[in-house]
Amino acid sequence: MVRIIRAGFWGACLTMEPNLLKSKALPRFDIFFTCGLAFLVALWAVFAVSRAEDIGMAVHGWMFLGAAILTALGFVFTAHGTALQSDQSSYSDGVIRFGVIASTFWGIVGMLVGVVIASQLAFPDLLSFKDYGFLNFGRLRPLHTSAVIFAFGGNVLIATSFYVVQRTCRARLFGGMLPWFVFWGYQLFIVLAATGYLMGVTSGQEYAEPTWHVDLWLTVVWVAYLLVFLGTLWKRKEPHIYVANWFYLAFIVTIAMLHVVNNLAVPTSPYASSSYPLFGGVQNALTQWWYGHNAVGFFLTAGFLAIMYYFIPKQVNRPVYSYQLSIVHFWALIFIYIWAGPHHLHYTALPQWAQTLGMTFSIILWMPSWGGMINGLMTLSGAWDKLRTDPVLRMFVASLAFYGMSTFEGPVMSVRAVNSLSHYTDWTIGHVHSGALGWVGLVSFGALYALTPWLWKRERLYSLKLVEMHFWLSTIGILFYISSMWVSGIQQGLMWRSYNEFGFLTYSFVETVKAMHLPYIVRAIGGLLYLLGTCIMAYNLWRTIQGAVAKKEPLSITNPNLVPAE
Amino acid sequence: MSYEQLSAFAQTSGMIYFMAIFAAVCLYVFWPSNRAKFDKAARMPLENEDIDHVR
Repeated sequence: MVRIIRAGFWGACLTMEPNLLKSKALPRFDIFFTCGLAFLVALWAVFAVSRAEDIGMAVHGWMFLGAAILTALGFVFTAHGTALQSDQSSYSDGVIRFGVIASTFWGIVGMLVGVVIASQLAFPDLLSFKDYGFLNFGRLRPLHTSAVIFAFGGNVLIATSFYVVQRTCRARLFGGMLPWFVFWGYQLFIVLAATGYLMGVTSGQEYAEPTWHVDLWLTVVWVAYLLVFLGTLWKRKEPHIYVANWFYLAFIVTIAMLHVVNNLAVPTSPYASSSYPLFGGVQNALTQWWYGHNAVGFFLTAGFLAIMYYFIPKQVNRPVYSYQLSIVHFWALIFIYIWAGPHHLHYTALPQWAQTLGMTFSIILWMPSWGGMINGLMTLSGAWDKLRTDPVLRMFVASLAFYGMSTFEGPVMSVRAVNSLSHYTDWTIGHVHSGALGWVGLVSFGALYALTPWLWKRERLYSLKLVEMHFWLSTIGILFYISSMWVSGIQQGLMWRSYNEFGFLTYSFVETVKAMHLPYIVRAIGGLLYLLGTCIMAYNLWRTIQGAVAKKEPLSITNPNLVPAE
Repeated sequence: MSYEQLSAFAQTSGMIYFMAIFAAVCLYVFWPSNRAKFDKAARMPLENEDIDHVR
């Protein structure tokens, strides 16, 4: 097996050799890197498959091996043509088109799993499958969170960052085929993580569940991503680095740091998925929430603020309201966010001063958060009328409204006294979703709606009416979701802390669970509406890619040259 | 070093550090000669409309 793979790789490398020697450019490190990496991965995977100590490692070994073989085949089939050469006179958009499709696909998968687990909580008798462990809530829940945050959100961030950095630097993506490695390597990471959760193989840390070998793989992919981004900035033709690129860079660098530090662990064996974390006890908890809250701050905020700073000015065709504010916004946000994590550990073994520090920085965060939101909203000044006619712009503006709302709610909940009521209740779930569905979701939908016609050179989206329908379905879905979680969370918190005159708890735990039934049904309906909206978007984008235009919405009556392509 | 001394040092130096960074950012942002650069940068997403080639 090893020999075949090795032969395949050297064959691929050798067939490319003449082309490489002929070109005047630097040697193609990107190709050598990818080939070499695939070879090393294949080598390790062969041992992992044959010596695996658990089912997770065995399955992942096969997946790594499959990915290495596909890479080799890809090289063998493309080495003869011009596919591996990069034309420096144009932007590299192919990988971004794949990113748009992958984002939409993972969005539907992640949201569907979300609706499934919400229904499991609403109807536990009906939807618990005791004979099928992989359908257990405990395994599906990390699948949902990782799929929507890292698979959907991550693909949106990678695709938009590749688009924005090229346009604002007026330079093609750096690294030849390295952007493609980043894209496919990231998809492999998603599949590895997701299958691991379903098999019950996790490291048990929230939002950092992937096991050590999957973590290592993501580290390699992420470093390649950083190289592509930095390299593109390096060869830019614009002297000034646009603010959106600063936000993207902060997102990439910080996620690399958080990921590596929080996942420091010693594997029990090179062929087992289990590992011992380097930190224990309260140190582990602090590192985990330093990671967890900055995943919110730098993945779900800084990255998507970069989208805001490019796509909103573009969509309204107005300059950024205040570029000065955007610079203050950037430095204030990244300097303050990194300290807010300890508010997740109120009333724990963490020293009180550290809890207070986290709480104080969370409250200071109001300023940069709202400064950024105002900067985004005011970019519309002089063009507010476009809100009536452009449903994509409405998506962006609603996302900023939800951003403002959830960044107001967050600091309130980080106050220790409020946290004593809200922590461990559904209020937290509601808060997270007003940020995730409202801010991250809507701004991503806006970016996907904007990107698709640009990338596929279409005059317009297939249908703006469908965008409008999506807008209302998702907005109503979010309102159902967050209001039911407010009701359920506050009710839960109040029931847990209520005592009778003898000092005994008024309610048993199961009574508080029973009280959640109705809000859980409403929440599942809200999620379903949101998922429905995403499916409509997928259809709309697909038809746009095909070049179709809805019959009831002709492009323009005054321009007879533009005939809808059917 | 006692806990009180350490915390006093951390709080004071932390405040000075944050204030200094903030002041530096504000100076950079409001420095009169940077004005034109920022006004130009604010329009960056709007430039190169429909130009799909790196020049």
